Amino acid sequence: MPRGRIEIIEEYCKGCQLCVKFCPKDCIEISTDKINPNGYLLPIFVSEDECTGCGICGWMCPECTIDVYRYIEN
Amino acid sequence: MKDKSSDVKKVTGRPDLRLLSLGMYCPGCHYGIITRVICEVIEELGVAGKAIGLAGVGCSFGGAPMTIDIDWTSCPHGRAPAMATAIKRIYPDAMVLTVQGDGDLGAIGLGCFMNALVRGENLTTIFLNNAVYGTTGGQMAPTTLLGMKTTTTPLGRDIQTNGYPLHVPELAATMRGVAYAARCTVHTPANFQKAKKSLKTAIQKQIDGIGYGIVEFVSACPPGWGLKPLECLDYISERMLEEYPLGEFKNVDKTD
Repeated sequence: MPRGRIEIIEEYCKGCQLCVKFCPKDCIEISTDKINPNGYLLPIFVSEDECTGCGICGWMCPECTIDVYRYIEN
Repeated sequence: MKDKSSDVKKVTGRPDLRLLSLGMYCPGCHYGIITRVICEVIEELGVAGKAIGLAGVGCSFGGAPMTIDIDWTSCPHGRAPAMATAIKRIYPDAMVLTVQGDGDLGAIGLGCFMNALVRGENLTTIFLNNAVYGTTGGQMAPTTLLGMKTTTTPLGRDIQTNGYPLHVPELAATMRGVAYAARCTVHTPANFQKAKKSLKTAIQKQIDGIGYGIVEFVSACPPGWGLKPLECLDYISERMLEEYPLGEFKNVDKTD
């Protein structure tokens, strides 16, 4: 059951890979062929089942491009 | 699969005060994370309406006013504490903070900064220490580490010709008008949260009228150091924090 997901504003990403480094579950990977209009390699959200919605990638993004959402248990 | 529209909570995202801007930050620059710290603290304290920011010259000037949605003015090089003094005396209810880099505060503006401390002004200074002059191409700054290679010290900084690194919060802690002096970093998520707490305390000291608060952020400059963004994180934990230890150097509730 997925517990969280992230959304990346790709236009403003600068490809620094801090989100890849700090994700505790390794849910984010840097792509090898997906680039944005500024020429930076973009991170991609690969593992929706592992994401817990902890928010660490959102804190550590220098450009504040990552929004983190968590599914609430009913 | 759950219904995403009804039971989804936003955990974290861009703060309302943080503007999306391609700005002048290089990839991996920690100043972007620090602007997030500033935005979140101002939002949590609820002082966005009465906040006035003063930006020094350098990357701190290029980044902070373009990305933080409060009132800003730019200052002559190094004179932010002097202008902040005037603004604070004209508008005593305003929350005045200066954002200055290591060249702005530590080199050309050290006189204005020290005089503001001596007067015991009721301000908050955010000191961004990335150990080089990032805007102009990575020259040696007062806070450059001993042995660190920059474009003006190609053989590494040595004591004989270049002197010693400058420790600003320790210096400020010796002044009687200073209520809060601390050093923090944002290079790990745990330190990010500690940095928020430090900055919140410093701004709260100003709101309560206790005295000067200064928070130094040890941060990375990937192009200035000639390292990749991820290598800078190791460099901070191995080299920078050895020279610049983290912690609170002064935290008093009453200045005499």
